[in-house]
Amino acid sequence: MGPETLEAKQRAAVEEVLKAYPAKAAKNRAKHLGVGAPEDESQKTCGNVRSNKKTVPGVMSQRGCAYAGSKGVVWGPVKDMIHISHGPIGCGQYSRAGRRNYYIGTTGVDTFVTMNFSSDFQEKDIVFGGDKKLAVCFEEIDALFPLNNGITVQSECPIGLIGDDINATSKVYAKKTGKTIVPVNCEGFRGVSQSLGHHIANDTVRDYVFDAEIETLGEEIAQTDYDVAIIGDYNIGGDAWSSRILLEEMGLRVVAQWSGDATLKEMAATPKVKLNLLHCYRSMNYISRHMEKEFGIPWMEYNFFGPTQTIKSLRKIASFFDESIQQKCEEVIAKYQPMIDGVINKYKPRLEGKQVMLFVGGLRPRHVIGAYEDLGMEVIGTGYEFAHDDDYKRTKDEIFRSTVIYDDVNEYELEAFVKKLQPDLVASGIKEKYVFQKMGLPYRQMHSWDYSGPYHGYDGFAIFAQDMDLAMNSPVWAHSKAPWDKEGEA
Amino acid sequence: MQEVDNIVNGQKLFQRPEYQKVLKDKKEFEGGMGAIDPAKVAEVAEWTKTWDYREKNLAREAITVNPAKACQPLGAVMVALGFENTMPYVHGSHGCVAYFRSYFTRHFKEPTPCVSDSMTEDAAVFGGLVNMKDGLKNCAALYKPDMIMVSTTCMAEVIGDDLYAFAVAAKEEDGGEYLPEEFPITYAHTPSFVGSHITGYDNMMQGALQQLTEGNKGEETDSINIIPGFETYIGSIRSVKHIAEEFGANYVMLGDHSDQWDMPAGDYQMFAGGTKIEDARNSINAKATISLQKYSTAKTMKMITKRWKQKDSAELNPIGLRGTDEFVMKLAELTGKEIPASLKTERGRLVDAMQDSYPYMHGKKFAIWGDPDFLIGVVSFLLEMGAEPTHVLCHNAPRGWEEEMRALLDTSPAAADCHVWAGKDLWHMRSLLFTEPVDFMIGNSYGKELMRDTGTPLIYIGFPIFDRHHLHRYSISGYDGALNLLTWITNKVLDQLDEDTKGIASTDYFFDLVR
Repeated sequence: MGPETLEAKQRAAVEEVLKAYPAKAAKNRAKHLGVGAPEDESQKTCGNVRSNKKTVPGVMSQRGCAYAGSKGVVWGPVKDMIHISHGPIGCGQYSRAGRRNYYIGTTGVDTFVTMNFSSDFQEKDIVFGGDKKLAVCFEEIDALFPLNNGITVQSECPIGLIGDDINATSKVYAKKTGKTIVPVNCEGFRGVSQSLGHHIANDTVRDYVFDAEIETLGEEIAQTDYDVAIIGDYNIGGDAWSSRILLEEMGLRVVAQWSGDATLKEMAATPKVKLNLLHCYRSMNYISRHMEKEFGIPWMEYNFFGPTQTIKSLRKIASFFDESIQQKCEEVIAKYQPMIDGVINKYKPRLEGKQVMLFVGGLRPRHVIGAYEDLGMEVIGTGYEFAHDDDYKRTKDEIFRSTVIYDDVNEYELEAFVKKLQPDLVASGIKEKYVFQKMGLPYRQMHSWDYSGPYHGYDGFAIFAQDMDLAMNSPVWAHSKAPWDKEGEA
Repeated sequence: MQEVDNIVNGQKLFQRPEYQKVLKDKKEFEGGMGAIDPAKVAEVAEWTKTWDYREKNLAREAITVNPAKACQPLGAVMVALGFENTMPYVHGSHGCVAYFRSYFTRHFKEPTPCVSDSMTEDAAVFGGLVNMKDGLKNCAALYKPDMIMVSTTCMAEVIGDDLYAFAVAAKEEDGGEYLPEEFPITYAHTPSFVGSHITGYDNMMQGALQQLTEGNKGEETDSINIIPGFETYIGSIRSVKHIAEEFGANYVMLGDHSDQWDMPAGDYQMFAGGTKIEDARNSINAKATISLQKYSTAKTMKMITKRWKQKDSAELNPIGLRGTDEFVMKLAELTGKEIPASLKTERGRLVDAMQDSYPYMHGKKFAIWGDPDFLIGVVSFLLEMGAEPTHVLCHNAPRGWEEEMRALLDTSPAAADCHVWAGKDLWHMRSLLFTEPVDFMIGNSYGKELMRDTGTPLIYIGFPIFDRHHLHRYSISGYDGALNLLTWITNKVLDQLDEDTKGIASTDYFFDLVR
């Protein structure tokens, strides 16, 4: 037997995983698993995988629901509004404060992100409908939290099923008070994942923030030629702040950041910026396209993970502006280069050649690849929880070598891939974390940065490098085997 | 900018002047009513601490703010993970399961297996039969469990799916390839809009036991069933087993999730430990069943006493000294054995410890919240120590709980001024703490915001605990569990005493080395 190539191993792993399923499920899953090759032009998406389809029933998917996409991702981090989890108690409680959407403000007084407001449906609300209760909720919220700048209603599953009209209830209250009240029909059963929730939430921003005349938000912001907005950064562990600082250093003015640490006024002011900078394409391309079409605002995607991509993105952003910005951009790059060189010199020797398997959501399955490669690490498997085809098309540009591509991978498959391909590090979410740690594999949570971060921007990359080193080179992984078990080993 | 030799994460990074400027400059764009006027924020913040605010807050009828409860299927998932090689299966959207798994995983720092059948819009219209037929088959094929326990989400309940019929249909369609006729699929309806996570625990436990024991009624054995309830302390289950083992009792822990959420490193198997399915099938023939959480097992225990006719069954709550004594005496009664000397020694050591530490707990005022049975147990212990529970808050209080708690408090003069708050949430608690302050709080991680806002020290006991490590590995039941409670509480009191007296050359005359 000759030496097996990485690609051959990857293809064999995919084949083997599919064998475990009953026929119908195997046929379905075969379409979502593939091997991406950077040079293969014939691939329509990375690895030719299909995406944004229904999850196979009865497996342990890592996917969330439309409510999670709207409340947990898009609307939830908007800090000066109150987001009602409308329906039974669970959804709000499970989604409370888990995403580390950092913000500055006095919680419970003028900011509310880490709180849980629920209409706590009881059986009678299911039987008789919850619209009346919702109307009372609005009044109670305004009486007890007078500094809130608006309310969103995040529908849980029963709302759509019992036929409640949250839109009408919201409209009545908005009319009565002049406040921004946003009903969001993001019931969990809609769509196949959290992705539809992002889209639905984006549409409500369009309808209730842009199309409405918001009068209660203080003075208008005087415009400049350098106004930009950060779109699709949820400020996990402060990511948007470590991104914002770079844009400001290059002479741009960030008038809004969506939606981590965002206020309603920032969002309302966005249609006047010169350029929208989109970090998480999946969750906020809809509203960016809308602003382009309606207000003529161009948008561009950028990637602030790892210096290679950061530099590329900074230059691309600068190219939208005049020479003064472009010059400052080069100054920013030059300013940080010695620090970045230092970080890479320090950590690359400890991480070089280590193989990584990723499974996350949003933008990270492709965006973070460059950051690992900057440290000499090799990403050999990646996939998204809730991507669409355009995400997988974009992924092709980011991979450096043959890579297993797994769409909506479930616990069984991910575990099997890890066992077959033996990566040195797995980077995914909380639900998978302890599975791999028990196997003695270094692990990092790449949804929450494992309670560290930020990871965006130059400052974030230094933390990323340090954290990967911490994960890979901790002595604790050597303890799994007892000394009395070591005899007889090679 | 980061320094290569001293890379810091956000905690320190954002304190640096360049970031402080970024955060300050951002205010210009934030607008709104609060952010532009710090004086207004301060004024409203002060108002939220007043009696006026409290009255408005307590008058709330519709909106729940910062609840201290979760929904039914969460409890059902816990039941399933207490049985050997059993997969919890949630009939509904996978979004719910992602939440259940994350919630438990964050508390236990352990994997939490659970599948769903990923219902979407079409299932909402046509029902979830196809999802369930495919889902049960896929689950059996991939994970090879010995039993599947099906619970429901609010979605499945609103559309009214029939679990029994669906499970039968799945087996018929499968023809036995993955789901043989005898493969146990137990089920319960667990609507999220009724009760809380403890209701779901009860429904699933009752459903599973009824279905597994059907047709198995035979000769009564000398076995004793013990049901832990929605127990989030792994150590508590082990403490209870230890007591039963000291008696040499023939017992079965029905729903033992202690190994599942405490797996050793070095290997990963999806399932660990749990009640043997055979033991669960035979549980109907035990001489008695002891539930350790009355309010988490009300329906289950009703079935056991009325239909299984296990007359000697009882609900006991082995938290604290008296609770543990009662449990021990009940075991003595059921086994017909003397109380073992080892347990007598353990009790003596606990009492010795209580007598060593009591001055620091005596007279201290506590606010406490959590599940109903947890509260009965811990409040009972506080009273045993001469502490003064002042606010006892149970968001998911079932009928009868408030009266029982009141009666418990009435046994002690120390609790004369104690308030019992049934059905209230943690935003209510915030008002209570501002207007009628206490010395310490006992509760879960949601209390950390209350600690920040009110300055009341928090002793982490309860569920969920996300931001402190390993507490769930300990016991709060049995004599050793009471010693843990005593240790955690007393040492927090001492920590606070040190904190209050550490002012150099001002208050440190009371900063004693020996205590």
